Amino acid sequence: MERAEIEAKFTQLLVSELGLDEAKINPEARFEEDLEVDSLGVVELLMALEDEFDVTIPDEEAENLATVRQAVELVVAKLAG
Amino acid sequence: MRQHDRRVVVTGLGTVNPLGLDVESSWAAARAGVSGVDRITAFDPSNTATKIAAEVGDFDPLEYLEHKEARRLDRYTQFFVAATSQALDDAGLDYRGDDRAAAGVGAVVGAGLGGMHSFIEGLDTLRERGAARVNPLTITKLIPNMAAGYASIAFNLQGPTNCTVTACAASANAIGDAAEMIRRGIVDVMVAGGSEAVIVEFAVAAFNSSKALSTRNDEPTRASRPFDAGRDGFVMGEGAATLILEEREHAVARRARIYAEVSGYGMSSDAYHVTLPRPGGAGQARAMEMALKDAGLQGSDIDYINAHGTSTAANDRTETSAIKIALGEQAAAGVAISSTKSMTGHLLGGAGALEAMMSVLAIRDGIAPPTINHDDPDPECDLDYVPNVERSMTIRHAMSNSFGFGGHNVALIFSAPGDRPH
Repeated sequence: MERAEIEAKFTQLLVSELGLDEAKINPEARFEEDLEVDSLGVVELLMALEDEFDVTIPDEEAENLATVRQAVELVVAKLAG
Repeated sequence: MRQHDRRVVVTGLGTVNPLGLDVESSWAAARAGVSGVDRITAFDPSNTATKIAAEVGDFDPLEYLEHKEARRLDRYTQFFVAATSQALDDAGLDYRGDDRAAAGVGAVVGAGLGGMHSFIEGLDTLRERGAARVNPLTITKLIPNMAAGYASIAFNLQGPTNCTVTACAASANAIGDAAEMIRRGIVDVMVAGGSEAVIVEFAVAAFNSSKALSTRNDEPTRASRPFDAGRDGFVMGEGAATLILEEREHAVARRARIYAEVSGYGMSSDAYHVTLPRPGGAGQARAMEMALKDAGLQGSDIDYINAHGTSTAANDRTETSAIKIALGEQAAAGVAISSTKSMTGHLLGGAGALEAMMSVLAIRDGIAPPTINHDDPDPECDLDYVPNVERSMTIRHAMSNSFGFGGHNVALIFSAPGDRPH
C-alpha cells in the first residue's frame, strides 16, 4: 500500500470513526490538543486502524502516539515489517 | 397532610415519542386518538412472536447533537437530550456558560433498561470478533444513568443528578424525587424525566417469553387496547419526556409560564411478585392514597387519571380495583380515566414522564385524551375510560399512575396553578 493511500484511509477513519472535521486533519495535528480526541477516542482509533490495515498495535507502542504523522508512520512500519 | 412551604411547578415540557418529535404535535395526535404502533422496522421481526411496536420515526439526533457526541451516546440518551433541549427552551432556561446558576440545577432521570442497543452491539462484537474488539464506549453508552449524566454535561446542570431504575415506574419516581429535592430546598430548578429505547430483538424475545407483549401482529394500530376485553398484552414503545420543575416563587419571580403544580407524590411496594401486581390492587391503592394525602386532596377532588393501563390482563383489572379503593367507589365511578399507552405504546422507563406530560397538558387545555381501541369493555374493568374520543372537561387535579416490575407503585398528582389547597 502506498503511503499516500494510507494517509487518505487514515483521514477517512478519523472522520468516519471519530466524527472529526476533515479540515482540521493534517500530519502535524495532535490528537489531544488539536483534534480533541480523548483517551476513549484514541482506543477507538487504534481498534479501527487494526481493522482497516489488518495490523496489531500493542498498547506500549500506542502510548506514544501524539500526532497524525506518528500514527501514519506506525502503520507504514507495521505494513512494511 | 404535609405542609410544604416550597411548592413545585412545571414550567417546561419536551418529548420525542411514537406520536411526535415535539410536545404539541404529540399532544395533538393523542387528542385525535392516533396510534403510533406499526410493524417493527428496528430489526427484522420474523423470528419473534411479536412483530409490532411503537417506534420513534424520523428521529435525527444531529438536530440536537454534534456527530461526534451523537455517536458516543445510545439512542435512549439521544432521545433524552432532545426532550431536555426542548423543555429547557420551553421554560426559557439556559445554564450553559453560567456556572454559578448551574450549581442550583440538577436532574433526575428514569430508565428501565438503559442502552440496550449498545449492549447488544457490544455482545455481538464479543461473540463474533473477540474480546479485543469490544468498543471502549460500550459501557458508557449502556449504563442507565447516562441520560442523567449526559444531560448534566450537555446543559451544564451542576446540582444533584440521579437516576431512578424502578422499571416502568422509573420516570414517575424521577419526577417525584426531583420535586422532593426542590421542596427540601436543595435546589430551585430540576430537570426531571425519563427515556427508553429497547426495541431490539433480544428485549422483544425476552418480553415475549414472559408473556407480556401483544401478538396482535395483523392489526398493529388496534393492538394496544387497555381495559378492553380483547387485550392481549402491552405494545412496546420508545421515547423520552422531560419536565422542568421549579420552585413556585422562583418561577413567579421570573414570570415563567406555569403549566401546573406537582402537588402529590405517593409510592408503595406490592411485596408480592416479580411481574404480577398484588391481586385486588391494595398495593397500588396505597401509592394513590399517599399521593392524595401529600396533596391534601380527597379522592373526589381528582378529575382525571392517566392510568398505567398497560393493556395486560393483570394490570388493567388490578388498577381498576386499586382506583376504587383509593378514591372510593363513588368518586372512582365519576373520574375520567384514560390510558395514553393505547396510542404511544408502553415506554417502560420513559412512560411515567410521558404520561406526566399528558396529564399536565390535560389540565392546561381542559381535555381528557382518549383510550383508543376501547370497543368491548371487560366486565372487570367497569370505570369511565374516556373511550375512543377525547373529552372536554375542567381538570383541576390529575393523577398519573405508574407501576413497575418488582412491584413498585408510584402515583403523581398535578394540579392547575392555584387550585391546590394550603
